[in-house]
Amino acid sequence: MDIPSLTIARVREGLLSRRFSAAELAAEALRYAQAENPKTNAYLHFSPERALAAAKRVDEQIARGEDPGPLAGVPVAVKDVILTKGVRTTCGSKLLANYIPPYDATAVVRIEQAGGVIVGKTNCDEFAMGSSTENSAFGPVRNPVAPDRVPGGSSGGSAAAVAQGTAVVALGSDTGGSIRQPASFCGVVGVTPTYGRVSRYGLTAFASSLDHIGPFSRSVKDSATLLRVIAGRDPRDSTSADAPVPDYTALLDRNVKGLKLGLPREYLRELMSETGDLLSRGVGVLQSLGCQIREISLPSTNYAIACYYIICTAEASSNLARYDGVRYTFRSEMSDTLSDMYRNTRGEGFGAECKRRIMLGTYVLSAGYYDAYYLKAQKVRALIARDFANAFQEVDAIVAPVSPFPAFKLGEKVDDPLAMYLSDIYTITGDLAGIPCMSVPCGNTAGGLPVGMQILTRHFDETTMFRLADAFEEAQRG
Amino acid sequence: MKITEQEVRYVAGLANLKLTDAEVARFQADLDGILEHIGKLNEIDTSNVEPMAQVLYDAEETATLRADVPAPPLGDQAALANAPQPGAGYFKVPKVIER
Repeated sequence: MDIPSLTIARVREGLLSRRFSAAELAAEALRYAQAENPKTNAYLHFSPERALAAAKRVDEQIARGEDPGPLAGVPVAVKDVILTKGVRTTCGSKLLANYIPPYDATAVVRIEQAGGVIVGKTNCDEFAMGSSTENSAFGPVRNPVAPDRVPGGSSGGSAAAVAQGTAVVALGSDTGGSIRQPASFCGVVGVTPTYGRVSRYGLTAFASSLDHIGPFSRSVKDSATLLRVIAGRDPRDSTSADAPVPDYTALLDRNVKGLKLGLPREYLRELMSETGDLLSRGVGVLQSLGCQIREISLPSTNYAIACYYIICTAEASSNLARYDGVRYTFRSEMSDTLSDMYRNTRGEGFGAECKRRIMLGTYVLSAGYYDAYYLKAQKVRALIARDFANAFQEVDAIVAPVSPFPAFKLGEKVDDPLAMYLSDIYTITGDLAGIPCMSVPCGNTAGGLPVGMQILTRHFDETTMFRLADAFEEAQRG
Repeated sequence: MKITEQEVRYVAGLANLKLTDAEVARFQADLDGILEHIGKLNEIDTSNVEPMAQVLYDAEETATLRADVPAPPLGDQAALANAPQPGAGYFKVPKVIER
């Protein structure tokens, strides 16, 4: 059984033709993932009991002649900010090193209902704050394509697991680019759906108005299949949208002739030349498929970083207030009074990046600064969303870079937080507007580093995004 | 400087974060650089713009309210299972009143 070459369709075909059972596949996938993990540190822990139980259910369904579901037997990795009942969920933080969730995230429930087999939990920046996975309390992840480089972040473990072939698909979370940027750095597909498309119930809150759960995979089709499984209204998340979820894979028609695509001129200025060249080549491929390319303008782009780092840190400082040493496993030992216990627990428990963001968020929300920072940022956010709404009057999709540069070396940017924040420029705008966006592989640099192309579409129009990405992927292959 | 050492210590107090002196110095420098960048927002005119608090603002405010029907809660045991110091069905904490 060649685990890294599996796709959702191949797993299904193998199961239904009785070449292997789901239990055999789960055991082999776990063995392979555990053997390969020391190369990347992509997984923080594995969930063999849960995986084998899920696989057994699939085998029983098949034996009874029932349809085992669209993810039947598929090995899935889940970012460790997404709760799994009975399976440790650390959020990459010392604070939650021993946290065992008492309930499952809705996305996790839906994956198992669809026959998916969760093999383990993946490493990430602490509470999903970072762009390199170097902020994990449990050590960084190495990029499987180039082990001296970062996999991107914050969902670096999920991207690395899929790139390494230890999972067929994975769940990540994206607040400012944490799915698309690692997908780009590791050469896999990563999707940030429309805000509200996927329930956030059981996703550890970072910045609630920006947080998304989304898929990673090695093909566009597999992300489309996984998104359809996890998408849809959930009464447990009041922001989850009551919108119909199309059968995305059935709509992948490989005919994108006549689609109008916009190339935002503000996104092309500071690209490293090789990244820019690969993107231009990708745009050429889309043109050869019959798409009409035009330059568009997203004039507020220049303010996006400032806007984002006010809103996300303000929301984070509120959300992280719950880690106070009372309810969630870690408490500082050396405190005589309650207020000391709060301060010591948080001072000892949080890593540097979480503290930095809590500090910035608390500052911008503090008396006298709220209007100047938080309210101002919410207004600028409205302008950024309006830019996209205006652009989508003219075009069906926007094509853009994911990151100004490919995967950088471990340690290279860790001491310069502002430089790290600035590298999120092309991904945070999609989160601020809440529109669907994804990274699809667009080729490698001369040095062999993957570069992704970003596709953004209108709210709830994941269909056009997937159609375009699938046609592009097929043309690249051909 | 956009932010003083005293302000850094004040904000850390608001956030219930105990910081070392080295962290105070580090965060003062980091926040200063970040606030300098954030100052950019003053260049943009937003006088006629409504703030955007959420993405799906087209929906009616009541659109996502569920029916008020009781559902089973988590239960004491599950809720306390991750507490560093549970006891007698409660979360135990150090003394609250300081003398």
